[in-house]
Amino acid sequence: MRREPPQKLTDYSPLVFPAGMLIVFFVVPFATMIAVSFFKRNPSGFYTPDFVFDNYARFLSLFFGKVLGFSLMLAIAVAICCVVLAVPFTYLLSRARRRTQVLWLVALLSILSLSEVIIGFAWSTLFSRTAGITNLFVMLGIMDQPVALNPSFGAVLTAMTYQALPYTVLVLYPALVRLDPTLTEAARTLGASPVRSFFTVVVPALRNTIVATLIMVFIFALGCYLLPQILGRPQHWTLSVLITDQAIYQSNMPFAAAMAVFLVLVTLGLVGLTIYAGRKGEAA
Amino acid sequence: MTVFLQRLYFSLIGLFLALPLIVVAGVSVNEKQDLAFPPKGFSLAWYAEIFTNVEWRNALFASITLAALSAAVALLIALPLAWFLWRRHAPWANIFQLLGIAPFTLPPVITALGLLTFWAATGFYGQPATAVISHAIFFVTLPLVTLSLGFSSIDRSLVEAAATMGADDRTVFRTVVLPLILPYLVSGYAFAFVLSLNEYIVAYMTVGFTMETLPIKIFNALRYGYTPTMASVTILFVAIAATIFGLVARFGDLPKLLGAMSSRDQE
Repeated sequence: MRREPPQKLTDYSPLVFPAGMLIVFFVVPFATMIAVSFFKRNPSGFYTPDFVFDNYARFLSLFFGKVLGFSLMLAIAVAICCVVLAVPFTYLLSRARRRTQVLWLVALLSILSLSEVIIGFAWSTLFSRTAGITNLFVMLGIMDQPVALNPSFGAVLTAMTYQALPYTVLVLYPALVRLDPTLTEAARTLGASPVRSFFTVVVPALRNTIVATLIMVFIFALGCYLLPQILGRPQHWTLSVLITDQAIYQSNMPFAAAMAVFLVLVTLGLVGLTIYAGRKGEAA
Repeated sequence: MTVFLQRLYFSLIGLFLALPLIVVAGVSVNEKQDLAFPPKGFSLAWYAEIFTNVEWRNALFASITLAALSAAVALLIALPLAWFLWRRHAPWANIFQLLGIAPFTLPPVITALGLLTFWAATGFYGQPATAVISHAIFFVTLPLVTLSLGFSSIDRSLVEAAATMGADDRTVFRTVVLPLILPYLVSGYAFAFVLSLNEYIVAYMTVGFTMETLPIKIFNALRYGYTPTMASVTILFVAIAATIFGLVARFGDLPKLLGAMSSRDQE
């Protein structure tokens, strides 16, 4: 049975339900959100339909600039930490026995699927004074008394790296599995140490994959909406946290929607960049 | 020497990934209502609490019902779409594939906010069914990707043989296609189920004030009063995820599934 173009109208029937669901419950909500971003805020209720740019004009404030700058900086930091940790790890994993690989993949998937609430709770416990890691240091005699390690920037960065690391490994995994093993073998035969051949052969061969992965992890980290709130101070809040806060706690839907539209544009721009990097990778 | 370094690196990453869970597991077996680590005493009472305390039990049932139903709806959307794209030559229909992948690729807050404005505008805001539909749309990506992979791995000559012997589309689907894609159907459902179970922001923005799923319940407990039950629920969730993915790995080809999934993400 070859793939053939639909001939009768009934040939399209399988599309009706999926297309209908995706249009009604994804495209329409998305359009609603864009519309709301131009509405006027009504302090007594939700909003009143209008066409104003007030919500976008608020982006020009120093406060918003700081939040945006911090969000981008944090996401970049998370992306770099994850890629630096994940590239050597995934490389070793892709060379390990199949059984080892499967075990790690199950573990990574389990952690990746964990709710941000749960990750936030786990790290806030680990960083707390009463149940934290510092109690262990006291027991070992490294510290005099337990201290709380959060809220702090370090706590936010650690937890976000924790959350994004399994994702990073799973994004890198297919590329590294397909990497030609004869490349490193050749380097080894010519006398390079394993570490040296990793940095001079594997890393350059994967340059485009690494760039694409950096961008994807960056987008992933940009979407993190709870960890800065649970583990950081208000100055560590990101755009995603601010959107949630405006929508739920300040009931300022138009402003939240405007920020969300802005976040979509940033993300789409980056997805475009990833595709571009991928294309260049294939051409090279 | 190199082998030692490799093992050391694996152990360090493993420790980093396991450490918060070890602490939480420790906290979950405290004897008293106490978030101490190392735990004071040993008791499994906080695990029993999940099922005996009405609030936690309701949250658990709400979460499991939501996950089971939304994953089923996601499958109902993904299966005909993936089948159509495989069976027919209709390049413009790829737009729906893109629409199915978009909610999961964009930052979750965006999908959540879009659905919140939509449900608020249509007047359904807060009804449990809205959460099912919202999660189904949010996670439709997962069965869509596994099923596309499943269809692409079908040898078309098998289908052709069946058609030559007089089977119509329906019969071919039931007797040839369905058995071949069953593993991908199951793993797509499993991925959507586990992720829906853990999802917070979309559920919170759609039914946060009328229904408590477990992640919402944990978050509320985080704000208004810690209890070791949060720790035992966390461990339960890790165990559920590990069991389900373990089963997927046992009965399917996990490296293959992930190899293709992630490369598709990159496109």
